[in-house]
Amino acid sequence: MNFNNLSKIAIKALLRNKGRAILTMLGIVIGIASVITMVSLGQSSTYNIKQELSSMGSNMIMISPAFQQHGGVKMGNSNAKSLTLNDYKTIKANARYVSKVSPTVATSAQAVYGANNHPASIQGISPDYLDIRKYELERGVLFSEKDVISYAKVCIIGQTIVKNLFTDGTNPIGATIRFGSVPMKVVGVLVSKGGNQMGQDQDDIVFAPYTTVQKRFSGINHLNMITASATSEEESELAATEITQILRKNHKIASGDEDDFEVFTQEEILSTVNSVTQLLTALLSAIAAISLIVGGIGIMNIMYVTVTERTKEIGLRMAIGAHKRDIMMQFLFESVTLSLIGGIIGIIFGLIAAYALSSLLGWPYVVSEMSIVASFLVCAATGVFFGWYPAKRAANLDPITAIRYE
Amino acid sequence: MANEIIRIENLRRVFHVGDEDVHALKDISFSIAQGEFVSIMGTSGSGKSTMLNILGCLDTPTSGEYIIDGINVKTLNNNALSTLRNRKIGFVFQSYNLLARTTALENVELPLLYNHEVSAKERRERALAALEAVGLSERLMHTPNQLSGGQQQRVAIARAIVNDPVILLADEATGNLDTRTSYEIMSLFQDLHQKGKTIAFVTHEPDIAVFTSRTIKLRDGHIIEDKQIETQSAADALANMPVNEES
Repeated sequence: MNFNNLSKIAIKALLRNKGRAILTMLGIVIGIASVITMVSLGQSSTYNIKQELSSMGSNMIMISPAFQQHGGVKMGNSNAKSLTLNDYKTIKANARYVSKVSPTVATSAQAVYGANNHPASIQGISPDYLDIRKYELERGVLFSEKDVISYAKVCIIGQTIVKNLFTDGTNPIGATIRFGSVPMKVVGVLVSKGGNQMGQDQDDIVFAPYTTVQKRFSGINHLNMITASATSEEESELAATEITQILRKNHKIASGDEDDFEVFTQEEILSTVNSVTQLLTALLSAIAAISLIVGGIGIMNIMYVTVTERTKEIGLRMAIGAHKRDIMMQFLFESVTLSLIGGIIGIIFGLIAAYALSSLLGWPYVVSEMSIVASFLVCAATGVFFGWYPAKRAANLDPITAIRYE
Repeated sequence: MANEIIRIENLRRVFHVGDEDVHALKDISFSIAQGEFVSIMGTSGSGKSTMLNILGCLDTPTSGEYIIDGINVKTLNNNALSTLRNRKIGFVFQSYNLLARTTALENVELPLLYNHEVSAKERRERALAALEAVGLSERLMHTPNQLSGGQQQRVAIARAIVNDPVILLADEATGNLDTRTSYEIMSLFQDLHQKGKTIAFVTHEPDIAVFTSRTIKLRDGHIIEDKQIETQSAADALANMPVNEES
């Protein structure tokens, strides 16, 4: 019996019991739909986080002071003073895998302009910082290295600051804002970046030369952080190692002793996020796989019922010349058809659900061809696996008893 | 003797039921020539069902020879037996055994589906011809539940002749039908016999056996009688029936 005839017989047999076929498929539909949805959502969340991270900066490396030990007492790192201007300069001068580097000195002050005021966090940076963090200027210019050397009272402000201080729509460029007791001239306005993954407003920011912040605000000589850009994504690990070596040498840390600083690359953060998402996806997929097995057992059950119900038909087919193999193939084909149609419906539902959920969450919609192909293969395998024993039982019926079965 | 279709020699069939051996057929020998219309008779337990199973190649003898159209069944495996049934035998059952919710035409096509040598086109043509031969050209697309018992049995007969078998085996083919319809079916069998078909008709009803040309009577696994009889015409019997007996 050829494929054409087999498919005709199988589809006809399923159509004879539409309601039952649909109910049987339901298990597979739910299983596959949940697999597709889970995988798609997992991937879109990963994609989403990746986008967020890369918008934070390009091949960014963050160096921050670590816990310090003073006579066995670990100190908090907020007061750590281990990062110095010298570290920044050595990295800038010597690190081969670092394309850009900027120190960061943070402080906060109440910004006042005319009758308006706003609490502002001020980041003391070097001009490279904007490139590293992918900030762009909407208006005005970046302050220069000269401004850095001369502790110039200039600043670049984000959109939230503009909105809160320049309520009447005046051009902020050239205006002087008072931060606490320090007046600073606005030389540039940043393009809006919106909120980041953690919900922080990235536009509520003021950038000033780090020297200005050090001397005029904080009165400190150390740095809170150093931010750098690796020459490429692939080289960010190398860059991190290089920075670690430079800093250990600078800080005269004996081999075997702990670093007094920490180096994070964007890739490290990404891989942490990835491993969490992957674990979650794996967990949800496992649940989906269980529902697929339950669906398969449903198919097996219905196939046993079908074989018993159609014992007489099987007997007749054997009497008029069907081989065991023909009977076996007929029932296998039926169970595979059931699971494949269920799978296709499941894939469609899964894609729709993934689309609905990702647009609800504001995530990008990612379709994984892999998961569709895999679902399809798993469905076929489920059909064969769970249809095998019922089909075998049908093929092994004795035609003499089968044909007289009532 | 004319061309021998079936030859049975010293055939025995023993069933093992628990510790006991049940001898269903004990040393049976007979043959059926081409063009014969044989009725095999016997009460229940006489061995006629076993005889039919063996004749139909659904079962094989414990000992002895069964040769159908020159092929010794003893040497064949399951698949070869299936193919043999497909090519050489046509079955007609008491309960028709048509596939439900399947048209008459598709039911008749069924045996040819299991024959790779027959194309879809030829299958359709032969099924149409078989249905015409049983007088059901008008009912091609009817499903069994839209047909009367007699019509269903005609479809079954069409299905049995569609593969052009060397022998037609009927198992109590009139058992589920009323007298009038039984006569109609017997008349159809006689037509087919006239056209040269070899038919073995298993029945326990003597008044059906009179329409055949030879009766073989079985009792307790032995042949107790095997004789040519004068064939009565089923068409005449039908014509002589009182009209009000119709049901």
